[in-house]
Amino acid sequence: MKNKQRVLSSVNSEFTTTQWMVLKDKIGRAWYRFRRNSISITGGSMVLLVILLAILAPYVTPYPQHAGAFTDFLNAFQTPSKSHWFGTDEIGRDLFTRVIFGYRISLMLAVIVLGISVPLGVILGLTAGYFGGRIETIIMRTTDVFLALPPLVMALAICAAFTPTIERAMLAIASIWWTWHCRLVHGITRSIKTEEFVQASWVIGDSHFRIIFKDILPNCMSAIIVKTTLDVGFVILIGAGLSFLGLGTQPPKSDLGTMISYGAQYLPTKWWPTVFPSFAILFLILGFNLLGDGLRDMLDVETEGI
Amino acid sequence: MNNPLLTVENLVKYFPIRVGFFQRRIGKVRAVDGVSFDIKNCEIFGLIGESGSGKSTVGKTLVRIYKPTGGAVWFKGRDVTKSTKENLRFFKKEVQMVFQDPKSSLNPRRSIKSTLEDPLIVHRIAQNGRDRERIIGNLLQMVELSPNYMYKYPSALSGGQRQRVAIARALAVKPSFIVLDEPTSALDVSVQAKIIHLLQGLQREFHLSYLFISHDLSLVRTIARRTAVMYLGRIYEIAPTEKLFTSPLHPYTRTLISAVPVISKEEQEAKPMKQSRGGEIPSPVNPPNGCAFHPRCSLADKICSQQLPELVEVIRGHFVRCHHVSFNMPSVKQ
Amino acid sequence: MGNKYILEIRDLHVHFRVYEGISRVIDGISLYIAKGERVGLAGETGCGKTVTMKTVMGMLKIPPAIIPCGEVYLNGRDILKMSPKELLQIKGTEISVIFQDPMNALNPVFTVGEQFYDVIRFAQQRFSNGGNLSRERIRNKMIAALKEVILPDPERIANSYPLELSGGMRQRVLIAMALVNNPKLLIADEPGTALDVTIQAQILNLMTKLVEVKGISILIITHNLGVIKETTERVYIMYGGKVMETAPTNVLFRNPRHPYSQGLLSSVPRLTGGEIAEGIPGTVPDYITAPSGCRFHPRCNYAMPICAQKEPPLTMLESDHYVACYLYAKQGGQNE
Repeated sequence: MKNKQRVLSSVNSEFTTTQWMVLKDKIGRAWYRFRRNSISITGGSMVLLVILLAILAPYVTPYPQHAGAFTDFLNAFQTPSKSHWFGTDEIGRDLFTRVIFGYRISLMLAVIVLGISVPLGVILGLTAGYFGGRIETIIMRTTDVFLALPPLVMALAICAAFTPTIERAMLAIASIWWTWHCRLVHGITRSIKTEEFVQASWVIGDSHFRIIFKDILPNCMSAIIVKTTLDVGFVILIGAGLSFLGLGTQPPKSDLGTMISYGAQYLPTKWWPTVFPSFAILFLILGFNLLGDGLRDMLDVETEGI
Repeated sequence: MNNPLLTVENLVKYFPIRVGFFQRRIGKVRAVDGVSFDIKNCEIFGLIGESGSGKSTVGKTLVRIYKPTGGAVWFKGRDVTKSTKENLRFFKKEVQMVFQDPKSSLNPRRSIKSTLEDPLIVHRIAQNGRDRERIIGNLLQMVELSPNYMYKYPSALSGGQRQRVAIARALAVKPSFIVLDEPTSALDVSVQAKIIHLLQGLQREFHLSYLFISHDLSLVRTIARRTAVMYLGRIYEIAPTEKLFTSPLHPYTRTLISAVPVISKEEQEAKPMKQSRGGEIPSPVNPPNGCAFHPRCSLADKICSQQLPELVEVIRGHFVRCHHVSFNMPSVKQ
Repeated sequence: MGNKYILEIRDLHVHFRVYEGISRVIDGISLYIAKGERVGLAGETGCGKTVTMKTVMGMLKIPPAIIPCGEVYLNGRDILKMSPKELLQIKGTEISVIFQDPMNALNPVFTVGEQFYDVIRFAQQRFSNGGNLSRERIRNKMIAALKEVILPDPERIANSYPLELSGGMRQRVLIAMALVNNPKLLIADEPGTALDVTIQAQILNLMTKLVEVKGISILIITHNLGVIKETTERVYIMYGGKVMETAPTNVLFRNPRHPYSQGLLSSVPRLTGGEIAEGIPGTVPDYITAPSGCRFHPRCNYAMPICAQKEPPLTMLESDHYVACYLYAKQGGQNE
C-alpha cells in the first residue's frame, strides 16, 4: 500500500495537463508536419488565395459590373494591358474580373456537389460496412451500378434531357459522386470493424449507432478529408466541361468553362479569352491537388503518435 | 457461496469459411469444439494453450463478441446464451473484458476521457458531465494513473499505461467477472510485473473473478488458482494450478511445460519430460480424428485416432482427457 | 582493433531530430562479438536495441537520424564510413538478419522459391562480377539450404506461397535464407516471439545448432530473458540507450549485479511459481530530456547523489563481467 502511494504521488507531481494544453499540442504537431512539406504549403497558399479572391470578388476586381450583363463593343478584344490585366472578351468585358467571378461559381459548384454527395456517400458506406449481410449487398451493388456510369456522360444526359441550368448540372454530378465516398468509407469501415476497440465497445454495450459515429467515423475522417480535397479539382473540371459544352451556366453569367468555349473560336490570333480562364482552372485544380497530397502526408502519420 | 459464478457447458463455436463472389460456405473452422468448465466466486482461472487452441475464442464468445454456435453459459444462475435484451443488459454490466494488444484496444482517435466515458454513458452510471469526470478521475487513480491522463490520446501513452486504461474501462461498470485475454503479452517484463500486481490487488479489493487467458505458462502459474489446458478447440486437462505444473498428467501438458524457455536451473530441473514427437500444430479447420493430439503424441495408440477420450476426473479436482491416463499415475520426473 | 572480433561497436551515439528537439536514443554504447560467439542484447521496449540493430545493418535513415560519433567495425571495416555501394556488398552476404515476424518478412505474392532465388542471385552478382550461377545451381543451393533447416519436402516448400506455410515453417525458411550466403554475422531480432512455445523451442534449438556447426557469430536481440538464457553465451543488458551490465549469460542470470538487471530478473515469472517482484517503479526515460548522470537513477532503489551527476563508468568485476554502476565503482575493480 505504501508503494502504491509513493507511485501515485510521483505520478501526480510529474505534470498537470489540461484539455486546452493537449489540444494546443495536437494542433502544434499537425502544423509542424504540415509546414515541413513544401507541397502542402504551396497548395494551401494557392487554395487560400483563390478562396479569398472569390469571397471578396466584388471588392478586389477592377470592373465588378462586367461580371454580369454588360456590353461595350468599342472595347472588345483588347489585348492584355495595364487597365485590363487579362484583356477583354468579344463583348468588351474585362476578363480578369470575369475570371475571378468565375472562381465563385466553380467553388460554389464544388461546395454544393460535395456537400450533398460526401455526407450521403459516407453514411451509406458506414451502414454497408458495419452491418454487412443483405444491407451491404444492396448498397454496394447499387454503388457498382452507379460507378459504371461515367460522371460526365451521366451529367450530360440529365442536362440534355431537361433544360440545362447550373443547378441541374450540380445535381447530376452529385448523383454520381456519392459512390466514390461510399466505396471508400465502406472499405475502411470493414477493416476497422475487426479492430479490438470496436469489439471493446460491443462488450461495454454501446449501441450500433454510437459505435458507428464515435468509434468508426473518426477513423475514416482523414481519408475522407483527403479525398474530398482532391475531389474538388475533379468536380470543378467536370463542371467546366459541362459549361464548355453549353450545358452548365448560361450566359451572361461568367463561368470558366463557358468563357473557354466562347473564346475557343477566336484562337489562335485572339488567344487571351481562352488562355487565361484555362490557366485559372489549372491554378485552382493544381492548388487543391497539392493541398490534398500534403494533407494526406500529414494525416497519415498522425496515428503513429510521432 | 459454493455455487460457481460461471458455468460453461459444452460451448461450441464454429466459423464458416466463405469463398467466392457469392460467399459460398466451403467448410468451417472449429475454433471451440465442446468446452466445459466452471469458475467460482473470487477465483482466478487460467486458460492456457497455443495458437489455434481456441482460448481467445472462448473468451470472446463468453463476452458475446461472438455468438456461440452451441452449448450453454450460466452466469449467476441465469442462462445467458438466451439473448434476451434484459439478459444482455445485465450481462454487460457484470462481465467485462481486457484485450491483448494495448495498441488496438483503445481507439486512437478518442481521448482517454471519451473512451472511459462510454461505459458510464451507456449504462447511465453518472448524472452529468461533471459527475462523469469525477468518476473517470477515480478510475484512473485506481489503476495508478494520474487523473490528468484523461485528456490525452492513446498515442501519448506507453503500452503499460494503455493497458491500465483498458483495465479502468473494464472496471467502470463495476463487473464481477473479467475476461483477460493475454493482457500482458505485448508488454515488457517489468511492466508486466506491475500490471499483474495491479490486477491481483484489484481482484482482492473488489472480489472479482478472472478468466486469465495466456500462452505464458510461468505467468499463469504465478497468478491462477486453477488452470485448464486447451488444444485445438478442446480442453484436455483441468487442475489446481500447482498440481497441473508439478504433476501434469496429459502428454500435451507435459510437452507444453517442457518447451517453456526458463531462466534458472531450478526451473529447468522441475520440467517434466516432453511426450511429443515434434511436428506442426494442425489447423482447426481440419483437426485430426479422435484425440486431436495423437499425431504428435509419443504415447499414441490406435484407439487415440479413432475415439475422442472423455474429460475424466482422475483425482479430486483434476480432470484429464486421455486414453492412457489411469488412476495409477506415474510420477512426473522421469 | 584487428580482426579478432566479427563485430565491434565503439562508443556509438545515435540521435534523432524530432518535433520536440533532439532525441538522444543511443548515448555511447560499446560491444563486441568474437568469431563463432553467441551474444545476446537484452532490453525492454525503448532501450535502443532496435536502433542499435539498424545501425549495424546500415538500415538507419540518416536524416532524421544523426550519428555524431562512434564506430561500428564489421570484420575490421567501419560500416558507418562505408558508401551505400560498399554497404550493399556486405548486406545479406557478410551480415544477415532474421526478422521478428515471419509473416511480415516474406512477400506474400511471390513463392518461397522466387524469393530465395533473389537472395542467392543478389549475393552472386556482388561477388563474382560476371560469372553468374546457373538457375540449376541456384535451385540446388536453395534445396540444400531448406534441407538444413529440417524442412520436410523442400521441393514443395520452394513452390509454395508463404501464406500456405505455418509460422514455424516460415521461420525456418527465413533462417535458411539468412544462412544460404554464409554470412559471418547473423542478427536475430526477437526470434520466435511470434511463434508458439513448442514451435519456438524447436526453432531456437535449430538456430543454435546451425550456427555452432557453421561457426557463425550470432547476435540475438530480444526482451525475452528465457530466450537469452537458452541461446546465448554472453549477454549485454541495455537500458536507456546504454549498456548497464554485460557478462557471460550463466553468470549474469545467477548473480545479477546491476540494480536494473536485478529488477528485471526478479520480475520474470517462474515456472516453479511463487510471487514475482513488483516490477521497477517509474517509466522509461524520455530521450529528449534524458536523466543526467546514470540514466537509470530516477528508478533505482540504491541511487546515490553521484548517480545523478556523472555517468558511471563500466567497472570490471570479473573477467568479462562489467557493470555500469557506482555501487561497484567504489569497491575496487578496474575502470574501463
